[in-house]
Amino acid sequence: MAVRLGLPSKGRLQEGTVDWFHSRGLRIGGVGGERGYSGEAEGIEGIEVFFLSAGEIPRDLASGRIHVGVTGIDVVRENLPDWPSKVGEIARLGFGFADLVVAVPAAWIDVDSLDDLDAVAAQFRRVHGRRLRIATKYHRLVREFLSEVGVADYQLVDSRGATEGTVANGAAEAIADISSTGRTLEVNGLKRLDDGLVLRSEAALFLSRAADLEPHDRKTLSDIEGKFRLRFDIWETGTNDTD
Amino acid sequence: MPRQPEGTKREAQRLFSFFKAAGGISIDTEILQPAGTLLDLYGEDIRSRAFVLNDPDRGELVLRPDFTVPVSTYHLSAKADRQRYVYLGTVFRRQLGSVPRPAEYLQVGFEDLGRFDTARADAEAFALVSDALGGTAFRPATGDLGILIAAVEGLDTAARRKSALLRHIWRPARFRSLLERFSSATISPAREKLLRSVEQRPVAELVEAAGQLAGERTVAEIEDRIEALSEDAATPPLEKKQVEALEFLQRQRGTSTDAYEKLRRLESDLPGIKPVLDKMSERLGQLESCGVDVDSLDFDSSFGRTMLEYYDGFVFGFYSPARSNQPFAASGGRYGALTRIISKGKEIPAVGAIVRPAIVREQELRG
Repeated sequence: MAVRLGLPSKGRLQEGTVDWFHSRGLRIGGVGGERGYSGEAEGIEGIEVFFLSAGEIPRDLASGRIHVGVTGIDVVRENLPDWPSKVGEIARLGFGFADLVVAVPAAWIDVDSLDDLDAVAAQFRRVHGRRLRIATKYHRLVREFLSEVGVADYQLVDSRGATEGTVANGAAEAIADISSTGRTLEVNGLKRLDDGLVLRSEAALFLSRAADLEPHDRKTLSDIEGKFRLRFDIWETGTNDTD
Repeated sequence: MPRQPEGTKREAQRLFSFFKAAGGISIDTEILQPAGTLLDLYGEDIRSRAFVLNDPDRGELVLRPDFTVPVSTYHLSAKADRQRYVYLGTVFRRQLGSVPRPAEYLQVGFEDLGRFDTARADAEAFALVSDALGGTAFRPATGDLGILIAAVEGLDTAARRKSALLRHIWRPARFRSLLERFSSATISPAREKLLRSVEQRPVAELVEAAGQLAGERTVAEIEDRIEALSEDAATPPLEKKQVEALEFLQRQRGTSTDAYEKLRRLESDLPGIKPVLDKMSERLGQLESCGVDVDSLDFDSSFGRTMLEYYDGFVFGFYSPARSNQPFAASGGRYGALTRIISKGKEIPAVGAIVRPAIVREQELRG
């Protein structure tokens, strides 16, 4: 057996991850190679590399199919209920920055805050007899956020693909989506609410709390800890912790 | 894992017979329920509490999260006069969070609908549950959300502000922030700027300059809201003594008799609460006549605000003080507002309660 490391299979998240490991002395091979789903790691013994979709990595960590994985904080919190019991967030990697924000049409000159959004949701329901639609891919995070701040009378509609376009399409009145610079929002005639930040996300290294660890896997993990100057909090949950 | 241990089933039957013996007809409902009423009540929050399913033909459905909604819906559609319904069955609730709790469990309960002697009905509902749990180690908690509702309705302020507060009675965080805003005379710079700009240019022009209007919200709606905002900006802040009284009201905890005395002293600042306190006094009298010691009965004016959303009057629960992690063994209360939502307008008196036999049984086994 080996320590199974799950890395994003494509895009900027993959590039950033490979660079991050590289600069810490772990070279990831096999990127974009023939066998697209697995790779190699040079620099530490006993690591197997798998390229996975960033969206699958949380579940694979939760089930213990991979020991260590890199993905967005937003993806973990959206996909894993009670995530801290399933994975440990070991390090934030300093790339893949993205804010999950609530945004409304820029033409809504009377709306700047969640307080306004809530008032407009009440008005919308009174006038239209239906709840105001907020399009998002992040149902759990947005619902929990709006419930905590006390926004009512809205309805989440699922968007796959370009969430920013749903308002222009007439499929929603507002959105909650990832925005890094705000440029995409602006182009789509939207503005973020002043206090509408749901989550500040970036790429992070996560450790599974479910994966079995054999003695040499523990050695590999402590090699990673040493090399990357990290601290894994897994040891307290280990089975036979002797040293 | 065995689903319903025999002991729990026996306890459920015992409770059911106990409630039946006090009068009422037994009723059962479908497990698969239309989600409409619950979505109206809770909106998206229902999805974190109940199992919502989508049926291409029937629309959104829920696995029965309680009997109260279907039983009162039945009662209202049957145009029945006055009736007590007794039931026993499984309910389904999504359990979030790290403490593992069952997502399906038995509930035994009753709903008393259409009874106009409300103080007596409240006292009987409480006493019935208390007697059913008799001899067990559960401690009662009580409250009355009607007091806060009446206090808000009686505030000296614009109707719009009152309805904004009433809408968030069950969301204490937003309620507090609204109350803060309504207590202050200052308005935000962004708001001030908006109100100044609409004095110089028509709203429609400003909207057009700001961007393309999309979605179903119209310019007319934006105009209406801005008019409401400028009215609100001209509304004087809530009087300090009313705000303080309202805050004091929300923090009232103690024995029922003590809390009642203290709440009475708020009447001069919050005149709206007088009829509700008269009702409370009547209820305390009825509770006493049912054998409840009201001098030692706990009362918390905010009890039920975050956990029993549709209750809008007397509320109560029974819990084990030694085991704070355990769900309430029983809970109940008055829910006129729910009947108003179900019947789309007409409110009838309604009070009910449920017991969870598994919790009662667990407690018995612990001794």
